[in-house]
Amino acid sequence: MKVRVLVSLKTGILDPQGKAVEQGLHGFDFKVDHVRIGRLIEMDVPTHNPDEARAQAQAMCDKLLVNPVMEKATIEVL
Amino acid sequence: MRVAVPVFPGSNCDHDALYACEKVMGWDTSAVWHQETRLPANTDLVFIPGGFTYGDYLRCGAIAALSPIMADIKRHAENGGLVIGVCNGFQILCEAKVLPGALLRNESLRFIDRKVHLRVEQSLSPFTNAMKAGQVMEVPIAHAEGNYILDASELLDLEARGGVLFRYSSPAGDIGEAQTPNGAMNGIAGIVNVRGNVLGMMPHPERAVEPEMGGIDGLGIFNSLTQTFAKVLGAVSD
Repeated sequence: MKVRVLVSLKTGILDPQGKAVEQGLHGFDFKVDHVRIGRLIEMDVPTHNPDEARAQAQAMCDKLLVNPVMEKATIEVL
Repeated sequence: MRVAVPVFPGSNCDHDALYACEKVMGWDTSAVWHQETRLPANTDLVFIPGGFTYGDYLRCGAIAALSPIMADIKRHAENGGLVIGVCNGFQILCEAKVLPGALLRNESLRFIDRKVHLRVEQSLSPFTNAMKAGQVMEVPIAHAEGNYILDASELLDLEARGGVLFRYSSPAGDIGEAQTPNGAMNGIAGIVNVRGNVLGMMPHPERAVEPEMGGIDGLGIFNSLTQTFAKVLGAVSD
């Protein structure tokens, strides 16, 4: 199954990249606020069971994909 | 003293570390490829050098932390062996969970490559016992991700146990946000683990060990290690 993991900085963690992009957008007169930049990881997980795919992705997050000091993840099974 | 310098794909300060340990200090030093599963026998100190291991993919140090040699470096640390991780080496130690916290992108978003001043916070450490608490040293930094971060409660623990060895400071030893080049919490430049035998720091002491390098203040750490080992050997021969 295709699984999508969205890794983003935890609330309260300063995101200088997001800030820089926000300033860039302001330069185009987009009145946006709180721009945050994350990371999208897509993969094929060798199972047809969505629960199993989600459990595997969670295990991957715990072991490698996410650093819990600064990041959190949202898992989407497609 | 026997030193091992692990080398990963993308390490680029390994020769600086080897030069400082071998040529300047005269220690028995060898480079160890990251695919090795064992450190050389009787390794006293592991010096994890700076660089951009695995192109900083995923997160700085995250992939190197999984390298085969890291398991033996963890074992060495658990047995009380000394480990120092500089710059990317610090990031690797955090990713390997040998040290607490993480290193985020610098607040300015810029790669910063210049000399900074550090205030020595503790002299009761194998890495600083030849220096005095409050002493200021000048060493270079060269990083884009040195913005040290830690959960609030863990930060309190780290400070309470005296785990911060170095803080960014003014030449006079004043600390604060203005003296912190990268946004690091509490101006933290270098920390040790609970046991005190693993040091991680963003600045490069190995790049300040000869006058030709522009300064010799980094020797404070190397001389401390010499002193530490003189004591250890003394204890053994007693």
